[in-house]
Amino acid sequence: MKIKAHRISKGKASGRILLTKDAISFLGSVDPKTGIVVEKEHELEGESISEKILLFPCGKGSTVGSYVIYQLKKNNVAPAAMINLRCEPIVAVGAIMSGIPLVDQPEKNPFEILRNGDSVLVDADNEYIEIS
Amino acid sequence: MYLTTEEEKIYNGEYGKTLAQCMQILAALGEIYDADRLIQIKSVQVAGVSYKTIGDAGLEWISGLHGRVVVPSILNPAGMDLKNWRKMGIDRAFAEKQLEIVSAYKRLDVRCECTCTPYHIYEEFAGFKEHLAWSESSAVSYANSVIGARTNREGGPSALAAALIGKTANYGLHLDENRVPTLTVKVEGRLHDADFGAVGNIAGPTVKDQVPLFKFKTIPSPEELKQLGAALAASGSVALYHVSNVTPEAKTYPDPVESISIDKKSIDSVYARRCTPDLIALGCPHLGTKELFELANLLKGRTVKKELWIFTSRRLGERHPAQIAAITNSRAKVFYDTCMVVSPASERFECIMVNSGKALHYVPSMCGVPAVLGTTEECIKTALH
Repeated sequence: MKIKAHRISKGKASGRILLTKDAISFLGSVDPKTGIVVEKEHELEGESISEKILLFPCGKGSTVGSYVIYQLKKNNVAPAAMINLRCEPIVAVGAIMSGIPLVDQPEKNPFEILRNGDSVLVDADNEYIEIS
Repeated sequence: MYLTTEEEKIYNGEYGKTLAQCMQILAALGEIYDADRLIQIKSVQVAGVSYKTIGDAGLEWISGLHGRVVVPSILNPAGMDLKNWRKMGIDRAFAEKQLEIVSAYKRLDVRCECTCTPYHIYEEFAGFKEHLAWSESSAVSYANSVIGARTNREGGPSALAAALIGKTANYGLHLDENRVPTLTVKVEGRLHDADFGAVGNIAGPTVKDQVPLFKFKTIPSPEELKQLGAALAASGSVALYHVSNVTPEAKTYPDPVESISIDKKSIDSVYARRCTPDLIALGCPHLGTKELFELANLLKGRTVKKELWIFTSRRLGERHPAQIAAITNSRAKVFYDTCMVVSPASERFECIMVNSGKALHYVPSMCGVPAVLGTTEECIKTALH
């Protein structure tokens, strides 16, 4: 099944879905060395976002978060691709700096369709998400 | 957002990886904020300079870029005085990283003058109704409000992207419709000096990201407006304010119906003494010429008994050697390129006295040290006794 989405950062990648309905602040919430979510009480606390297709509503917090995304990529623990409901500048800029494919505004609510572990392709160049 | 054929080519990498990434950043922001197109800018002020803030990741990203900025571009303060860092008590490991960051920007032809007050140095960087891409919150506020130029508050990477492309996306405060005041703030009492920073600290949390129109009983000077804007941006996220009969665009728009009042008593309460200062730090935002002369007069021929640190831009210091000598002869220390908020040097003190609402807001959270507010004269008096 293909879902149309809006390109924010170019590229395509596939992997397993990791989803959360909580917004993510990359500064302080994700350990840039390991890719593990360290924010207390966060739905993903203790989970690794490395190599995942990370689905979350939007980013939040400090603009330094963009550099944290870049650091995750340099440490080889970044998500393979990201899907947002509505993207904001911190995650958008971080994804572009790091060459991580990112789409937002999928035409169907992905939280109703996708489950953790689903195998998914994010093709930002052609603006769609494909569930295999 | 519409991109011209040339901009499309840049986006698709025909002019190399750096420019492609920059164009993609500008385009993504344009998409997020519903901009119609990119617009030419006059100058750029790039945040993301202090190693304390951007760390190794930031250094690595900037070092990986290639090319030259195409509009005059200047840096935000760094984490230390780039020459006199030893005197600040900065350790060598931090200093080396900080100098690497500055060199990485220099390679891209960014002017390595680190200041939050570029308008004090280069008047030609920002004129009435000119579009800019500035980042530091107090500089953005001053450019928009006092000069009547137009800039959003850019993040570090998007400002650098704008500098390398020479354009920014046309949204937010670049558009007339978003510059209309939405809340009147009536301020009672005759105010001077640090009172304006205190007003900013009180109003910021209520105003949030709206555009306030201030009505004062006294006419604030440009330096006092600088203090007001800096505090408003720190305690709220105000990037533009108007002041009746003072700022250039105030007359353009009708007064907002919704209004709040600030009385003298609440302003006075911002001066509460929480602790006994062992450091007095002035120059947040960086001092301008008039303030430098004022401090030189207050300190001439006297000797300070407490640590007194004064922050301004290296360029202004070089322009006024006699005033700098009067200040340093009093045993006060003058530091360039940095400030008490972004430098780790302030962290070793117990209590910092400032004349800035912005510093009062940020010193406790960014340096972990309590802060107290005083007028400029009170600060100097405290340093002398």
